Amino acid sequence: MSTTIDSPSRTRPMQIIESATVRLAGDSGDGMQLVGNQLTNTSALAGNDVATFPDYPAEIRAPRGTRAGVSGFQVQFAAEDIFTPGDEVDALVAMNPAALVTNIGDLKRGGLLIVNSDSFDEKDLRLAELKSNPLDDPQITQNYRVIRVPMTSLTRKAVESTGLSVKLADRCKNFFAMGLIFWLYDRSLEPTLRFIREKFGSKPEIAEANELALKAGWNYGETTEIFASRFHVDPARLAPGVYKNVMGNQALAWGLMTAAARSNVDLFYGSYPITPASDILHELAKFKNFRVKTFQAEDEIAAICAAIGAAFGGAMAVTASSGPGIALKAEAMGLGVMLELPLLIIDVQRGGPSTGLPTKTEQADLLQVLYGRNGECPLPVLAARSPADCFDVVQEAWRIAVRYMTPVVVLSDGYIANGAEPWRVPRLADFDPIPIHHPTEPNDGDRFLPYLRDEKLARPWAIPGTPGLEHRIGGLEKQDGTGNVSYDPQNHEKMVHLRARKVAQIAQDIPEQAVFGPSEGDLLLVSWGGTYGACITAVQECLQQGLSVAHVHLRYLNPFPRNLGSLLGNYRRVLVAELNLGQLRMLLRAQFLVDARGYNKVQGRPFTVGELVEAIHQHVDELNGQGAFASPAKEKEKVRT
Amino acid sequence: MSEGTGKAMSTTLPVLTPNDFASDQDVRWCPGCGDYSILAQMKKVLPQLGIPREKMVFISGIGCSSRFPYYVNTYGIHGIHGRAPAIATGLKCVRPDLHVWVITGDGDALSIGGNHLLHAIRRNVDINIVLFNNRIYGLTKGQYSPTSEFGKITKSTPMGAIDNPLNPLSVAIGCEATFVARSIDVHIKHLGEILRRAAEHKGTSFVEVYQNCNVFNDRAWDYATDRQTKADTILELEHGKPMIFGKNRDKGIRLNGTQPEVVTLGNGITEDDLLFHDEKAPEPTLAYLLSRMRYPEFPEPIGVLRDIERPVYEELMDEQVEQAIRTRGRGDLDKLFMSGDTWTVK
Repeated sequence: MSTTIDSPSRTRPMQIIESATVRLAGDSGDGMQLVGNQLTNTSALAGNDVATFPDYPAEIRAPRGTRAGVSGFQVQFAAEDIFTPGDEVDALVAMNPAALVTNIGDLKRGGLLIVNSDSFDEKDLRLAELKSNPLDDPQITQNYRVIRVPMTSLTRKAVESTGLSVKLADRCKNFFAMGLIFWLYDRSLEPTLRFIREKFGSKPEIAEANELALKAGWNYGETTEIFASRFHVDPARLAPGVYKNVMGNQALAWGLMTAAARSNVDLFYGSYPITPASDILHELAKFKNFRVKTFQAEDEIAAICAAIGAAFGGAMAVTASSGPGIALKAEAMGLGVMLELPLLIIDVQRGGPSTGLPTKTEQADLLQVLYGRNGECPLPVLAARSPADCFDVVQEAWRIAVRYMTPVVVLSDGYIANGAEPWRVPRLADFDPIPIHHPTEPNDGDRFLPYLRDEKLARPWAIPGTPGLEHRIGGLEKQDGTGNVSYDPQNHEKMVHLRARKVAQIAQDIPEQAVFGPSEGDLLLVSWGGTYGACITAVQECLQQGLSVAHVHLRYLNPFPRNLGSLLGNYRRVLVAELNLGQLRMLLRAQFLVDARGYNKVQGRPFTVGELVEAIHQHVDELNGQGAFASPAKEKEKVRT
Repeated sequence: MSEGTGKAMSTTLPVLTPNDFASDQDVRWCPGCGDYSILAQMKKVLPQLGIPREKMVFISGIGCSSRFPYYVNTYGIHGIHGRAPAIATGLKCVRPDLHVWVITGDGDALSIGGNHLLHAIRRNVDINIVLFNNRIYGLTKGQYSPTSEFGKITKSTPMGAIDNPLNPLSVAIGCEATFVARSIDVHIKHLGEILRRAAEHKGTSFVEVYQNCNVFNDRAWDYATDRQTKADTILELEHGKPMIFGKNRDKGIRLNGTQPEVVTLGNGITEDDLLFHDEKAPEPTLAYLLSRMRYPEFPEPIGVLRDIERPVYEELMDEQVEQAIRTRGRGDLDKLFMSGDTWTVK
């Protein structure tokens, strides 16, 4: 049989489509994340815009075959600009019954359901708590195009020549599934073959088996006639440039390294392992030749305290965690505010409270990072909106930290941290320097005053090793100017106001808030963080439907952009969409006395575009005196306020 | 010395005096507190180290002892409770050139900051930790501490403490500290000498200082400081010397099986029968055995229990950086951005 890699034969009609949403679901040991990543990379290399949503359990190996152990990866690839991994799935690959029943609800009516028919025996059904085989269920066979592929036995046969044990052979079946999907969507096998050679180079028999399984999957699509047609998605019309596919945590790490380069300073990263922030540590640990120093601390508190020590020493100091770790860091964040040292604190949010949902996304740490400390303890807060945006946001945060001599919080979340999207590769020369000044001379006659402020109220960053500028700083209240310990009531009040004003006036140094859509109208959708993609897409749809609706997506959460208050007044209704119970909404109501409404969801999952469109319609109809918008979309459990 | 000479200095180190290390802040410990003596000895030792003042950093946590950095005219951070070793570790990671002291107390180091203490020690970060042990919480006005004796009556333990106390030296040795020593606030010459040796040791130096809190736990160390009794209650360790103590230098420590015992010299027992101190012993066994010797069964050892060499954390970190640069070349962000799979949109 001739290979079909380089010149795919066109035995089947090729349908040109604008976009495709594919979900790969299987046991957490089935390697679905790997398949998803390969499909994403290959699609990006084919020039598509891509957006991904990996969704996996917190347990490393949940009981095999159970619903709890299902791991999924959704990717949308498109010939147009897209911002989300897609609401409804065009094709679902289900490696076992548990994967089928937990994911079928998101499959489009008439969509492709590709199953590994070898794993639907009685035991598999029992593990998935099923009384009957869903493949015999008319609800499934009539509503979806079911493709049964005996993937396990076909894979075993395909890798027979390698002499691998059955156990090892069975591990290759994800590559079989991948080959089949790649055939279906006209994707090149070349990047994955390259990946196999790199990843399994030291185990040639495994590499060979995976390659055989991949090609067998492709050939299965080609030779059998179970698919009526294949699909092709043309390259997206993105802005010219060189692109690569990046994940959020990776982009964040690279952004930190870029910020350090812009300041010509070494990067120190103090961190304690926690999902979903650990990949930042893993990524930075690779780059010691960039003079990056990573420190895996004994706990979250030590991680931030070490960063504070490094900041005192003149390094670019960064710590990162997720919600539970940020809670532990709270006291030290307060110390950072008191010491007025530049420091980045990154919170890759996950479902809470407590241990909560470690691998699921949420936006419920906003109030924690703003207010979760003792005393009046203001900190600037920025939030990234997408995987690639993490690269830019941390650099902006560092600019603020250095210019204002303050710790700065950057919010990310599990969704964008693990999600991927194309990123237009910049050049270091494109960025302005972020200047750092360490004084070398006294600033008050013969004396050095560590808390003498400049016009931005920033204090000087004098570092140890500088003769004549020896000084002591600490968590006790400071006397203005000298930084000496002071219990004077008037001084304390003055210092509380100074620290608050310093952060508040950063509003003068950040861009005015931009609006997408009309500058006035019925409804303004306000969002922040990783919900950007779903929100902008929903507003685009509503505008196309003729609704009077606009979108504001906040990058700066403290301070708010200086024009935000007046913007909110230009619409009859403000709707704040958040993956929490209304934290930004509360802030907007308190600060601007606006009757903001909320659209809130706390399921550990991102918004779908459909539910946002529906919510916008409901509010606009209500404003225009019409009944509730009757949506064909499925009702989902959600919290409405 | 004036600020001017410090900056002009290029080839010769300026001569510093204890006064150069006095800050302009009023010292606010209670009159009679043992902390004054430790501060005085520190100010005497620092000028002897040949290190420029601007290279020195004092880092502390919370508690009476942790006010120390405010009273020394070097760089300093008065941190948060228990976290000084972590702050110092981060500082040393990026600035191995600095000479860093951590000043802490029994509550700060062994209770709220226990975790950081043990990890700083096991990493062997090149810092000098001085633990002021007064066996009480002073700043919060008199609760029992992790070194308070079993049964100790305090405000928070009216019927007596029911926690077994920690032995700071045993803890440090358990973490395989490379330098472990003990001294006493009022033994000023000995204290000065121990601080100097701690400063000169490369790696984490851990020094416990018996320090009297004359307000909340007065005379806690009387047995070790009383002129009449101290010769019998204290064993001054000397490297390579037999362990002899007592007013008449007629008592010694002998090993009986795996246990130490107090013997009287004479009647067939000679110096050669005694334990000889070896602070360089690679295994921490002897140092641990010494740390377990407690009054009144034994005289309590002061001096250097252990002083060995092991690679220093921040130097290992720097070596990895240099090695990465040697083997992979200095990092180039533009190359990194273009690494892996890319595609071009025209």
